Amino acid sequence: MKPLLELTDYKVSYGGIKAVKGIDLAVNEGELVCLIGANGAGKTTTLKAICGLIKTAGGRALYQGENITGARSFELVRRGLAMVPEGRGIFGQLTIEENLAMGAYTRRDYGAIKTDTEQVFELFPRLRERRKQPAGTLSGGEQQMLAMGRAILSKPKLLLLDEPSMGLAPLMVKKVFETVRAISAQGVTILLIEQNAKLALQISSRGYVMESGAITLSGQASQLLDNPKVREAYLGEQAA
Amino acid sequence: MHSMFNSKKNPALVWAGVVVIGLALALVPFVAAMGGQAWVRVVNFALLYIMLSLGLNIVVGFAGLLDLGYIAFYAVGAYVYALLASPHFGMHLPFWLILPLGALVACFFGVLLGAPTLKLRGDYLAIVTLGFGEIVRIFLNNLNTPINITNGPQGITLIDPLTLGSFSFGKAETILGIEFSGPQKYYFLLVVLCLLIVALNIRLQNSRIGRAWEAIREDEIAARAMGINTRNVKLLAFAMGASFGGVAGGLFSAIQGFVSPESFGLLESIMVLAMVVLGGMGNIGGVILGAILLTMLPEALRFSIEPLQKAIFGRMIVDPETIRMLIFGLALILVMLFRPAGLWPSAVRKRELSGAQS
Repeated sequence: MKPLLELTDYKVSYGGIKAVKGIDLAVNEGELVCLIGANGAGKTTTLKAICGLIKTAGGRALYQGENITGARSFELVRRGLAMVPEGRGIFGQLTIEENLAMGAYTRRDYGAIKTDTEQVFELFPRLRERRKQPAGTLSGGEQQMLAMGRAILSKPKLLLLDEPSMGLAPLMVKKVFETVRAISAQGVTILLIEQNAKLALQISSRGYVMESGAITLSGQASQLLDNPKVREAYLGEQAA
Repeated sequence: MHSMFNSKKNPALVWAGVVVIGLALALVPFVAAMGGQAWVRVVNFALLYIMLSLGLNIVVGFAGLLDLGYIAFYAVGAYVYALLASPHFGMHLPFWLILPLGALVACFFGVLLGAPTLKLRGDYLAIVTLGFGEIVRIFLNNLNTPINITNGPQGITLIDPLTLGSFSFGKAETILGIEFSGPQKYYFLLVVLCLLIVALNIRLQNSRIGRAWEAIREDEIAARAMGINTRNVKLLAFAMGASFGGVAGGLFSAIQGFVSPESFGLLESIMVLAMVVLGGMGNIGGVILGAILLTMLPEALRFSIEPLQKAIFGRMIVDPETIRMLIFGLALILVMLFRPAGLWPSAVRKRELSGAQS
């Protein structure tokens, strides 16, 4: 099977500092893959570089078999590569409806946008209740839901999620992961970036572990969950 | 804004409103003329400032890019008209050619000055645009040597008034039994152009581009993640804003018959910005209100301070010009204290300032 996204010897630097030191990573069509690792491992940097938000220092990124190194973000979105940025990046002063409409910015099939918006509301009833409210008044978890709903509305083939559980209450975290799985079940390919290794691995089919800018482990998610090194470094007592 | 222009609700009421507003607009120059032709000119200037502030509103209000050099585009429009319709070069091209040309040249300058600032925001953008505004003014001031292009600080005089065939906007004339003065004729032209620009602004605001601007103003990275080509969309804001400024500049030239660099100083940029901010950034109605108030208020003060002082103290104590600016400044401070989102704020700005956390 040909991967939807494939990174080869992928490098990113900030000035002289090498943040990502040549990683190999692949996401196949329909898969839910997670990239886990501690703070500062280079996960977010990798994702930002894939999306064209920062420059790549070397290596190659293929999306649908085409080289996307150096492509601009808005072009990638138009080609079905959507991202939910860290910290959610919702438009706080715009209403929930307006935020969702922004997600469909690149689309012109207005009839389908309407039904898709309805679907997002089905997925997140809380958003429907508050559709006319400014998004900034939502709780952190609801904002995350909105950010995901907005990303779905761009009809992505590949969805990049950056730390969707960050800063959320435990209950909300669970709900977020359930949602990620639901989106994946609809056929959207997902690359999930997480610090919460356990939950991320539990919903993923495969996983990569990143440490100081390099991939140190990879494999089936279930195997990684049982891997003693992973248990020790990332799961801690949670594994017990 | 929305409810005002929502024609689905009650078409009859909307049409009645249009007729009433139309009649009111038609009567304005005659009412103003009762206080002398000077007041008609003030009204005309208010209309020019409405065009300018609506142009700046696209950049500042819609796209959220703080531009302190906006008056440069007004200057470009004014000089394009002045150079091509005055004895300075001996060229007298028709206005329907040079007015759009002025808009086009201003638009070009908008993109030219906008391009290097694309990565800047907030304070930095403000400083750079301020610099650009000054550069344009200084160029106009000094382009009289080695080749005399702009005639330097003396400016350009004897600029042609707008004429269409034998119809000149500069001359008084009796049409259908009603006597129109020159400024009154210009008034009607300005009103029509203003309405066009207002209509264009409303369309823009509710368009895809309008939404893209809104997104960029809120969060540029997120806007990019939505698939918005932020570079082009920002340049478009600069270009559109600049072309409105260019049109206003050309009209200014024709009405005044004289332009010089000193009309395009930093204070003018700040004045237009004050109109946008005071009226209600991002709200077309508010911006219009701001432009009218800030043009009329100083004039009203000019006419009232002198007689007032004479009535109270029997003589002039403070120079009217000084006290005029003082009161003006005080008014601005008060409005910003009590209505920080502007006199007639846009719905989104109101939310921003009422403390909805993002």
